[in-house]
Amino acid sequence: MKKIVMLVLVTALALVAIGCQPQKTTLDVTGSDTMVNLGAALAEEFMKTNRNIEVAVSGGGSGAGVAALIEGRTNIAQSSRDLRPEERTRAAARGTLHEIIVGWDGLAVAVHPSNPVNELTLAQLGQIYRGEVRNWKELGGNDAPIVILSRDTTSGTFVFFREFVVQERGQKRDAEYHPDTMMMPSTEALYQEIARNPNAIGYVGLGFLRPTIKTVGIKADDASAAVLPSVESVLAKTYPLARPLYFFVVGELTGALKTYVDFVLSDKGQQVVRSLEFVPIR
Amino acid sequence: MLLITALIFAFLVQQSWPFIVEHVSLEFFTGDRWLPVSLPPVFQIRGFLVSSAMITALAIVVGVPFGVLAAVSLAELLPHGISVVFRSIFEVTAGIPSVVFGFLGLKLVAPAVADFFNLPTGLTGFSAGIVLSVMILPTLISLSEEALRNVPREYAEASYALGASRWQTIWRVVVPTARGGIAAAVLLGIGRAIGETMTVLMIAGGRLATPGSIFDPMRPITALIASEVNNAARFSVQYHALFTAGLMLFLITLAVNAVAASVIVGKKGR
Repeated sequence: MKKIVMLVLVTALALVAIGCQPQKTTLDVTGSDTMVNLGAALAEEFMKTNRNIEVAVSGGGSGAGVAALIEGRTNIAQSSRDLRPEERTRAAARGTLHEIIVGWDGLAVAVHPSNPVNELTLAQLGQIYRGEVRNWKELGGNDAPIVILSRDTTSGTFVFFREFVVQERGQKRDAEYHPDTMMMPSTEALYQEIARNPNAIGYVGLGFLRPTIKTVGIKADDASAAVLPSVESVLAKTYPLARPLYFFVVGELTGALKTYVDFVLSDKGQQVVRSLEFVPIR
Repeated sequence: MLLITALIFAFLVQQSWPFIVEHVSLEFFTGDRWLPVSLPPVFQIRGFLVSSAMITALAIVVGVPFGVLAAVSLAELLPHGISVVFRSIFEVTAGIPSVVFGFLGLKLVAPAVADFFNLPTGLTGFSAGIVLSVMILPTLISLSEEALRNVPREYAEASYALGASRWQTIWRVVVPTARGGIAAAVLLGIGRAIGETMTVLMIAGGRLATPGSIFDPMRPITALIASEVNNAARFSVQYHALFTAGLMLFLITLAVNAVAASVIVGKKGR
């Protein structure tokens, strides 16, 4: 008899304890690997002053994030690239589609520190990645084959670079990366190869830049000056290889979701953006 | 077990069907353009098939001699105490996660390969094949050793009675008798090598073009599926195309295992 009473009391206490916790809303944010650290930092800063909202951030690639948004598995899709037409249609079918720019990213072009080439025009970069220029000596460098590195097809960075550089902002709609391009499974793998290989060239987001590699100055065209990638040069709009970072949301922007988005776009949120070496929206 | 395999096969076919029906043509097998992002997307798997074949072939060509030699040593040559130690070492190797092998390949094998062969990059099918050969050694060794141990002692004794030396007995009597089992071990090693994903994803180089030589960077089928399936929007063309590639892999592995099974049965029937 005593044991049953104890059991009932303990269970009741446990239920009361659970029930007494404040109701927590959870927001799921998923998508771009470029933005995953940024997303996590924003979430952390936000949750300091909003204890009843939990923001869970995960990566997997812009493509994965958008797919999750379309399937209703996430509240916010982080993306380092724009939506494709069929993605936009499918997302809009689920409700009002919000495409919110939360920051900007510069894409740095990296080479081995021993590479004598210091600057490239956007056109030359396109020629390299389309395989039209195959040897560094054609660019004033060493007589060595260019080893082209890229992210793989699921990366938003890959998609952006393809449209912006390989296809020259949509002017060469049929152009593709040269089949000899090596697709690295992650930014880390790309770094490893650039650090080891004197003839490699690759692209990395500003937020992932390291002092141990060398970045190439980019010239918008033959007549412009070469600009090195940095938060300042992207803000000043002098660095040509820059792209917006998005939050995609479907449905009503209310409640916890609206609070979070407002935070990200506020000065405090934008400070976080800046602190991670991304470029704020203003 | 058969039911599970059949279910897996049915699932693969079901998920590939939309692609197979609408888009598969000869070009699927003969072309090497894989462009999931383009409009319209293009899916051709020749590059991946050739890559898988090349890397597996290298793993076998390097792994089998060492594997058989090691198996012979364990079964016939080494004293019992030492062979126990070596057998344990091989078993431990079998348990090392493939991502660790991938990491070792990245840090040790790839740079060495690039320097030794004067290649533009060390991330090649060759590096992946070498690491794979080490990964399949435990399978090769344990199965080959079992085959060797199954050779009746009377064969060896008859050989000695006829005046043959230890060496002659091993290489002209015991090993040839065990060749059925060794062949089965090799075939299972092939199956293991074809299916390896993590290691090749990290080391093989990720180049989509059909490789011209083993020293080119390349992308086997497993690496293709691993890198894209997570992000393909469910039920998109890319999703179905990836499943079709997976189906190809499944069929090839099934064929290899079927041959292995018939070889084992054939051997026992003798």
